[in-house]
Amino acid sequence: MLGKHEFLEKHGLLLTVGILVVVAIGGAVEIAPLFYLESTVEEVDGVRPYSPLELAGRNVYVREGCYVCHSQQIRPLRDEVERYGHYSLAAESMYDHPFQWGSKRTGPDLARVGGKYSDEWHRQHMVSPRSLVPESIMPPYAFLEKRELDYSQVEAWLKANRAVGVPYTDEMIENAALDLRTQVDPFSDNYDAFVARYPKAQIRNFDGNDRQITEMDALIAYMQMLGTLVDFDTYEAEENYR
Amino acid sequence: MSDKDIDEHSGVDTTGHEWDGIKELNNPLPRWWVIVFYITIIWSVVYWVLMPSWPGITGYLKGTRNHSERENVTVQMAALDAERAESTQRLIAAPSLEAIESDPALHQFAMAAGASLFGDNCATCHGAGGQGFKGYPNLNDDAWLWGGSLDQIKHTITVGRRSLHPETTNTLMMAYGRDGLLTRDQINDLVDYVSFISGQAEETEAATRAAPLFASQCASCHGADGTGDQIQGAPNLTDAIWLFGGDRATLYETLWNGRAGVMPAWDERLSEEEIIALSVYVHSLGGGE
Repeated sequence: MLGKHEFLEKHGLLLTVGILVVVAIGGAVEIAPLFYLESTVEEVDGVRPYSPLELAGRNVYVREGCYVCHSQQIRPLRDEVERYGHYSLAAESMYDHPFQWGSKRTGPDLARVGGKYSDEWHRQHMVSPRSLVPESIMPPYAFLEKRELDYSQVEAWLKANRAVGVPYTDEMIENAALDLRTQVDPFSDNYDAFVARYPKAQIRNFDGNDRQITEMDALIAYMQMLGTLVDFDTYEAEENYR
Repeated sequence: MSDKDIDEHSGVDTTGHEWDGIKELNNPLPRWWVIVFYITIIWSVVYWVLMPSWPGITGYLKGTRNHSERENVTVQMAALDAERAESTQRLIAAPSLEAIESDPALHQFAMAAGASLFGDNCATCHGAGGQGFKGYPNLNDDAWLWGGSLDQIKHTITVGRRSLHPETTNTLMMAYGRDGLLTRDQINDLVDYVSFISGQAEETEAATRAAPLFASQCASCHGADGTGDQIQGAPNLTDAIWLFGGDRATLYETLWNGRAGVMPAWDERLSEEEIIALSVYVHSLGGGE
């Protein structure tokens, strides 16, 4: 057998094909079942696709590399559950493309940061982190409140997500720009239709500036919805193991 | 291998590769390494049997230990709750929050729980020592916007202020300048007046002029004498303790743009006993009434 192995090692093309075959088997066994096994993503009520403004905020989050220092994944460990709340469910990030679980916590986990702080706190903290948390090493992102949100591509964002499996409806895509504006305007005529499309969406001016929709609006809207969709008073984790 | 090329110096055969007269020895892998390698393969089989491993068509092999991190943490949390149960039950059963403070053992438990909860949840806005920041009240002093008794503190933590909670209070300082309720001159006069009643400046002509304006526009929340109203969360303007600042520029900004600080409601994030422990802790910080 060792001799045969030497034969493989001395024929580059054959070795390449052999490696490909082995890796493909490993991939098929490890990755493919995740797409068809029901146990991968539990069944949960309340998780919905991101509203257009939240999605825009998520784009800012990804663009600024927030995931480099913040995770969005509460692991099933006692001290994490004590500090951050119920451990994260796979279903809570099933509409994330790509997911923002992160791999390092320089800052705290953000999976359930929604509703924990006020909008004004987020705004001030983004503008000047050390004015609120003196020991923080987070860089300031003051430009976000000055920069107007460019949402000319918002329909395309929704379509791109639909292409990879997020259930955005034609109606959602058609109304994307209107819905985005609605979320910062509590007096909009589109209010009820918007909430019907995106239940539990929070509607208000997030950055305290009603003259324009800024990237700060989008990012705070995203922050304030993180981890708020599943009602853990009624969710029974054990019953949803599959 | 028929054409073995034994190296004279070491007595080991070579791979046949040669670079400028330098040959590569074909040493076998160290025996200990090979043994460890085979052990890891055997161990992987043991692991398949014990732990969740191979995926199938409708599920995955759960393993004989039926291991689940999620179940483990559920068990651990239940054990933690059980460990704390005696004290938390007593916290909830206490006839009043004051009774907790007068029971040394229970008070100690509430303070320990409160301190750790404060660090996780409150320090981000109110500061690690409860000293507050501009716009986020200092919890160590005697000035309370919404009242500093144990029950009032507990109510504030439970429903928040101007939060999304249905029972929260939504009174706010209006944007007198921005919304055109008062003119620039009137606001300037009021700044003089507030500077005067807070003891920061002498009474000026403008301050005297603004007195009736204060009575008609401000007194309904801040009181005729400017000492505030805790039911509406209107601060005392005469104590020279400022949430946003008492200098002329900040006072002008406050009158022009209004103020509406938000505290989130905690009744969904924290349990009843956690809120009780926090109330006791905050009450003890120095300013509790």
